[in-house]
Amino acid sequence: MTNDNNVLIEVRNLQTYFYLYEGTVRAVDGVSYDIRKGKSLGVIGESGCGKSVTAQSTMRIVPSPPGKEVGGEIIMHLEKEPVDVLKLEANSNEMRAIRWKEISMIFQEPMTSFSPLFTIGNQIVEAIKLHLPGLTKKEMRERTIELLDKVGIPQPSRLIDVYPHQLSGGMRQRAMIAMALSCNPKLLIADEPTTALDVTIEAQILELIRGLQEEFGMALMYISHDLAVVSEMSDEIMVMYLGRVMEKASTDEIFNNPLHPYTRALWRSIPVIEGELKRLETIKGVLPNPYQVQKGCPFFSRCEQRMPGLCDEARPPLYQVTPTQTVSCFLYDKNAKAGPAAIASQSVATS
Amino acid sequence: MLAYIARRIVTLIPILFLISLVSFIIIQLPPGDWVTRQITQLRLSGIQVGEDEALRLTKLYGLDKPGGERYIMWMKGILLEGNFGWSFQWNQPVNSLLAERIPLTMGISIASLIISWIIAIPIGIYSATHQYSVLDYIFTFIGFIGLATPGFLVALVLAWFIFTTTGFSPLGLYSNQFLDAPMSLAKLGDMLKHLILPLLIIGLSSTGVTIRVMRANLLDELKKQYVITARAKGLRELGLLLKYPVRMAINPIISTIGWVLPALVSGEVLVSIVLGIQTTGPLLLRAVLEQDMYLAGSTVMILSTLTVIGTLLSDILLAALDPRIRYGGVSK
Repeated sequence: MTNDNNVLIEVRNLQTYFYLYEGTVRAVDGVSYDIRKGKSLGVIGESGCGKSVTAQSTMRIVPSPPGKEVGGEIIMHLEKEPVDVLKLEANSNEMRAIRWKEISMIFQEPMTSFSPLFTIGNQIVEAIKLHLPGLTKKEMRERTIELLDKVGIPQPSRLIDVYPHQLSGGMRQRAMIAMALSCNPKLLIADEPTTALDVTIEAQILELIRGLQEEFGMALMYISHDLAVVSEMSDEIMVMYLGRVMEKASTDEIFNNPLHPYTRALWRSIPVIEGELKRLETIKGVLPNPYQVQKGCPFFSRCEQRMPGLCDEARPPLYQVTPTQTVSCFLYDKNAKAGPAAIASQSVATS
Repeated sequence: MLAYIARRIVTLIPILFLISLVSFIIIQLPPGDWVTRQITQLRLSGIQVGEDEALRLTKLYGLDKPGGERYIMWMKGILLEGNFGWSFQWNQPVNSLLAERIPLTMGISIASLIISWIIAIPIGIYSATHQYSVLDYIFTFIGFIGLATPGFLVALVLAWFIFTTTGFSPLGLYSNQFLDAPMSLAKLGDMLKHLILPLLIIGLSSTGVTIRVMRANLLDELKKQYVITARAKGLRELGLLLKYPVRMAINPIISTIGWVLPALVSGEVLVSIVLGIQTTGPLLLRAVLEQDMYLAGSTVMILSTLTVIGTLLSDILLAALDPRIRYGGVSK
C-alpha cells in the first residue's frame, strides 16, 4: 500500500475468473493499477480482454455465479480509512454503501440500462434516497431536476417524469450520467459509454463527461476499444490483452513511444488521414482460446518480436521503463542482450 | 389509460357477435338433432315411434325452422330477456342450470389460479436466482412430474388416500348430511373442506408450467443491463429483484390469465367427474353428447365470452404494469 495521499484506488494483482461449463475463463488475470483522485485512467483492449470485468470487479458487481474474484486486493481510500473491497461480501451493507456513493458507473447500452417500467426520475431518486438519507422528497426531486439540467436534458422538470423508452439513446445516456453523478461519487467508471451512439452524439457525450469530471472533481476510469476516444479522455492509459496488462503509461508516452509489440501493432491499425493511402495493417492471427491457460505471454502467438523458449515459457513481469511507463514484455529486460536463457534463469530466480 | 380501456371494450362487440355465431354453428354441425337422437334411442329400446310423432316433436321443439331463424330467436331471447333457451335433456331453462355451475367454475378457476401463482412464482424466482442449485433441480423434477401426470389420476389417488387414512370422503361438494340443508356456517365450512382437493389438483396442473415460464423469463431478465445498473446503485438484492426483473418476468404470466379459463374447463372435466363436482365441464360434455343444443351453445358462448373478458382484464393489467404498452410505443 502506498502512502500517497492522492491515490483513490489501488488494485493489486486482481484475478477474476469465470467458472463456466466449458471450463474456466481467466477474464482478469493479475491486473494491477492505481487511480488517482481527480485523474483519469483509460483502459483499452479488444473485446473479451477483461476491460469491463476489471471495472465490474472494482464495484463487485461481476455476475456470480459464474464469475468470482479469486485473488488480489482492491484498496479503496475512503475518508476514514482504506478498505479492501475484495474482502467485503459482494452484497454486504458496507459494499452496497460504497457502490454509487464512492464509485458509480455508466454503461455501454443506454437503451437497456434503465428499467423500462419506472420513470427516469424514479430511478434517479432511488439512488439518492439510498445514499443521501435525510433529504426530503422535494429536495430529492429538485436535486434530480438539477442533475438532468446539468447533463443537458431540455425541460428537465418535465422529462423527469418520462419513461426511458420515450427518450432517444443519447438522451438516455445523458440521464444515465445524471444518475451516476447523483451521489457525488469519487470515481466514475465509464464502460464504453458511447459505443452504441452515433458519432455526433458521441462527441457531445465525451465533452459532457470531461466537463463534469472537472466540475465534480471525480476520478474517471474510461473503458473503450476506440484509441482516439481513450486518448482524449485519459491522463494515463492501460492496454489490456486477454485479462492481463500489457503496458501502462501516461497518454503522451504511450502514444509517442509505445513499447509493447501489441501496443505498437494497435497503433499501426489506426487509419492515417494525411499522406499516402495505404492498406490498413491488422494484427495477424486470432485471439487464443480463452479456456486455455497461457503459460507465457498471452500475445506470444501473434507477436512479431517473440522469443521462442522464453516468451512462451514464462509470464513477463512488469518492467518499469520510465517513472511513469511500465511494460510487460521480455524485450525490456536488462539482460535481453544476453539471450533468452539468461532472462529465463533470472526471472525464475526472482519469482 | 381510460381511452385505451374504452377502445378495447368497443372492439369487444364484433368479437362477441362472432363468438355467438360460431358457438351456434358448432352446435349445429353434427348430423341430427335432439329429436332424431331421442327417437333413435326409443326405437333401439323397442318402442315404436311413428313419423307423425317425430314431426310433432320436431315442431314442438322448434327444430323444423331454418338455422338462421333459430339463431335470431336464440339471440333475441338472450339479448332482450336474458333467456338462454331450454335444455331438452334436463327439461329446465338453461339459465337455471348455468346459474349454479358457472359461478362455481369461475370460483374454482380463479382460486386455483391464485393457488398455482402463490406456489409457482416464488419457486420460479428461487429457481432462476439459484440456477443449477440442488433445490432448482428438485423443483424442476417435481415440476415435470406435475406436468406429465394427468390430473384425474392424481385426483383418484389422492381421494382414495384421504378416504382410507382419515375416513373423510372428499368427493362431491357437500357431505351427505348437508346436501339438503340450508346454507349455514357449518355447511360453508364443509364445502371449503371439499374444495381443497380439487383446487389443489387443478391448480397444481398449471403450477409446473408457471414455474418453468417464470424461471425462463427471469433468467432472461437477470442478464439485462438494468439489473446490473440497479445492483451497481447499491440496492439490496431482494429489493432490486422484486422491483426490476421480477416485474418484467411476470408480464407473460399475466397475459395468460385469459386462457386459464378454457384450459381449465377442458382440463378439469375429468377431475370434476372423478371428484363429483358440478362444474360446467361435465355439463358441457353431456350436453354435446346428447345434442342438447341450447345448453351446449350457451355454455360454449358464455365460457368464450368470459375468456375474452379475461383477456381484456389481463391486457388492462399489463398496460397498468408496463408503461410501454400503456403509451402504445409512441414517443414524444
